[in-house]
Amino acid sequence: MEGIVGYGAYIPRNRIKVEEIAKVWGADAPSYKKGLLVEEKSVPSPDQDTITMSVEASKNALKRARINPKEIGAVYIGSESHPYAVKPSGTVLAEAIGATPDVHTADFEFACKAGTEGMFVALSLVKAGEIKYGLAVGADTSQGAPGDALEYTAAAGAAAYIFGRENVVAEALVTYSYATDTPDFWRREYQYYPQHGGRFTGEPAYFKHIIGAAKGILDKARLKPSDFNYVIFHQPNGKFPFRVGELLGFEKKQIEPGWLVSKLGNTYSGSSPIGLTATLDISKPGDLILIVSYGSGAGSDAFVFRVTEKIDEVRDLAPKTRVLLDNNKNYLDYGTYAKFRGKIRKAE
Amino acid sequence: MPTPSRYWREIPQRYRLEAAKCKKCGAVSFPPRLICPFCKAREFETVTLADKGKILTYTIIRVPPQPFADQAPYAVGIIELNDGVRLTGQIVDCNFEDLKIGGRVRIEFRKISQEGEAGLICYGYKFVPE
Amino acid sequence: MREVAVIGVGMTKWGELWEKSLRDIFVETALLALDDAGVDKIDSLVVGCMSSGIFVGQEHLASLLADYLGQAPVPAARVESACSSGGLALRTGFIEVASGMADIVLVSGVEKMTDVSGQEATYVLGTAADQEYECYHGITFPGLYALIARAHMEKYGTTREQLALVAVKNHYNGSMNPLAQYPYKITVDAVLNSVLVADPLRILDCSPITDGAAALILCPLELAKKMKKPLVKISGSGQATDTIALSSRKDITWIESTFQAAKKAYAMAGKKPEDIDVIEAHDCFTIAEICVMEALGLVEKGKGGKAVEEGLTSLKGKIPVNTSGGLKAKGHPVGATGVAQAIEIVKQLREDAGPRQVKGARVGLTQNMGGSGGSSVVHIFERG
Repeated sequence: MEGIVGYGAYIPRNRIKVEEIAKVWGADAPSYKKGLLVEEKSVPSPDQDTITMSVEASKNALKRARINPKEIGAVYIGSESHPYAVKPSGTVLAEAIGATPDVHTADFEFACKAGTEGMFVALSLVKAGEIKYGLAVGADTSQGAPGDALEYTAAAGAAAYIFGRENVVAEALVTYSYATDTPDFWRREYQYYPQHGGRFTGEPAYFKHIIGAAKGILDKARLKPSDFNYVIFHQPNGKFPFRVGELLGFEKKQIEPGWLVSKLGNTYSGSSPIGLTATLDISKPGDLILIVSYGSGAGSDAFVFRVTEKIDEVRDLAPKTRVLLDNNKNYLDYGTYAKFRGKIRKAE
Repeated sequence: MPTPSRYWREIPQRYRLEAAKCKKCGAVSFPPRLICPFCKAREFETVTLADKGKILTYTIIRVPPQPFADQAPYAVGIIELNDGVRLTGQIVDCNFEDLKIGGRVRIEFRKISQEGEAGLICYGYKFVPE
Repeated sequence: MREVAVIGVGMTKWGELWEKSLRDIFVETALLALDDAGVDKIDSLVVGCMSSGIFVGQEHLASLLADYLGQAPVPAARVESACSSGGLALRTGFIEVASGMADIVLVSGVEKMTDVSGQEATYVLGTAADQEYECYHGITFPGLYALIARAHMEKYGTTREQLALVAVKNHYNGSMNPLAQYPYKITVDAVLNSVLVADPLRILDCSPITDGAAALILCPLELAKKMKKPLVKISGSGQATDTIALSSRKDITWIESTFQAAKKAYAMAGKKPEDIDVIEAHDCFTIAEICVMEALGLVEKGKGGKAVEEGLTSLKGKIPVNTSGGLKAKGHPVGATGVAQAIEIVKQLREDAGPRQVKGARVGLTQNMGGSGGSSVVHIFERG
């Protein structure tokens, strides 16, 4: 059987509240909070980026996997905020964890589903017998344009998964991917902030692809929503996951353990992967979990996992995601937030 | 700012905390050396340093050198890791008032500096209070 | 080994010398030293300078200066050990004369620091530390000494006020030194309220960035006797190294290199700490002077702060330290400091220190230090 052998998350400790952002732009905080179902989001420190968070999340995954990093045959980081435009993030991660030099590395990109993309490929290489272990990370420090709706939710975080065949903690039963060319959200090269199609990002984008992938995987696996203990959807805001869950026939309580966005924000390529780590943290052997990501542009990757007894051995070996989310928080004012995010124009 | 080759050469130390343990007397040198400063032997094995330690002394840099101009004020300390090796590094994710000698810290991988908007990004170890 | 005397000294006012280039300040002070000695030809030139390469883009310094002094084809060498380059130049010149390799040696220290920005200067000074394992992480020199200060305060109870008293004392002395960069008094309050540089050190705990040069002439004692100069001889010389990185020191609060260098100098001169009448010590930061007092054996380990508080090292105290104003008030053009320290001691032993004179001074000591204590050079001088 192949599946997840180790998992780990990393969330920076800084936060900024919706009220703090709204205050600066003269927006109505309560209606933003109500409309988005988001209260606050994580903010990376200036010395954190996609690479640093990937390294820390991967170290947590290694603590749970308890393998020799030299046996990792593939290292992937999926992100839409890779620190370099040209120079891989994955090689820094591979060096930092000691997986080099006999390793395949690639950087993935597909808006918010770059993380699950890497997971899909790493898992597939393990399935094909090409590698013993594969590491895939979804991480982002994405930016929202100042004053734009996305500024309230664009957050930072990382989740790492190590796939393999031995000591599997969550068996990967089925995968399914669904993609079309749908220009709902994009960023051209040399542009600092992305642009989006407003309400077009809803039904023809997020909902269509998540529903397409979910229905596809349920069909393929011959399962129904009620067969699952938990489901994690991509979380661009607090409302969409519940709405798509409802449309598909899932219940709130299946979604809640992996629903972190109201306190975390949208961690883009980290979104559903981090939600999955939080779910694994509270899962029990035998639990069936569905994860469906979404990346603008657009596409969704879906996975069905069944938790094994090994979860009881590894759960406590690294920090739990809710602990990372809820503890040791440091609230920023908008000025510090703007300074941290490089939004203040400085001298050359 | 280190040049690409000077940065790259120290990666095993900066990313993985690789040190050299003297085969004769067991003393650990970080960064690795060619000759043991204690017993003068010349054979070593590679070891990885502990990832936790305590603060021996610290300061807060308010007048930074050029590559760190944007970061000030920031805390720097000498940390003694659980294996006895001492190193110098920034202490982050903390309120300055909470820093104290003997405070426990763990290592995190962070960005150390970058050369403007177009140059190299330098990574390495920093310390986070436990 | 021949005995070595100092027969000439030359120094001009230190400060931000916009109109003067590195060559200008070297030549001016060298000429003053030659005139003071009454010689016009030298057998060797030794220059101490930390970083003319980065500060003014000039290497090959000793040859350049020999040329500009009009002394070519004299053999010339530049020596470097960060902030103890001047002391090292003195030691090198001493060795040349003592060994018989040269008779008249011009020892010079020079540094031109203000042609670069403050941040660039901070970077250059940082090259005295471990570039890859200290500077890489954003440490500065005030930062390194702040690490020492906090450890010393924690271990021995040294107080912020005691550190301030070092600066106050040195400024009091420096206010009587017309060549000092900042010849004025300051108060403890002024120090404690000055802006923080690296906690707990404030700007008035730190020696400044300075342009300056200093020169002296060495010759064999026998020759000096013939020249009928007030005889001042160098009776002890010691140098020692220690780990470059502060984190590698056995004891962060103790300057082992100064202890070792002093041990050698005391042994060569046949002297003990109690025999010294006046000292020029390397107060790059206030805490440094406190640690140096301990390492030189003037007081017990950890008691340096108390000693300053009790006035042991003030001008009228039992063992005056830094009558020149020290690095704090006199200035710290890095490579020149070690030579200027020697000049102050020579003036003291010649009874030529004016209002700063320590009555009856017969034995003096200079202590010059590089980086955070990676190198130290100690010399002992006596009336000949």
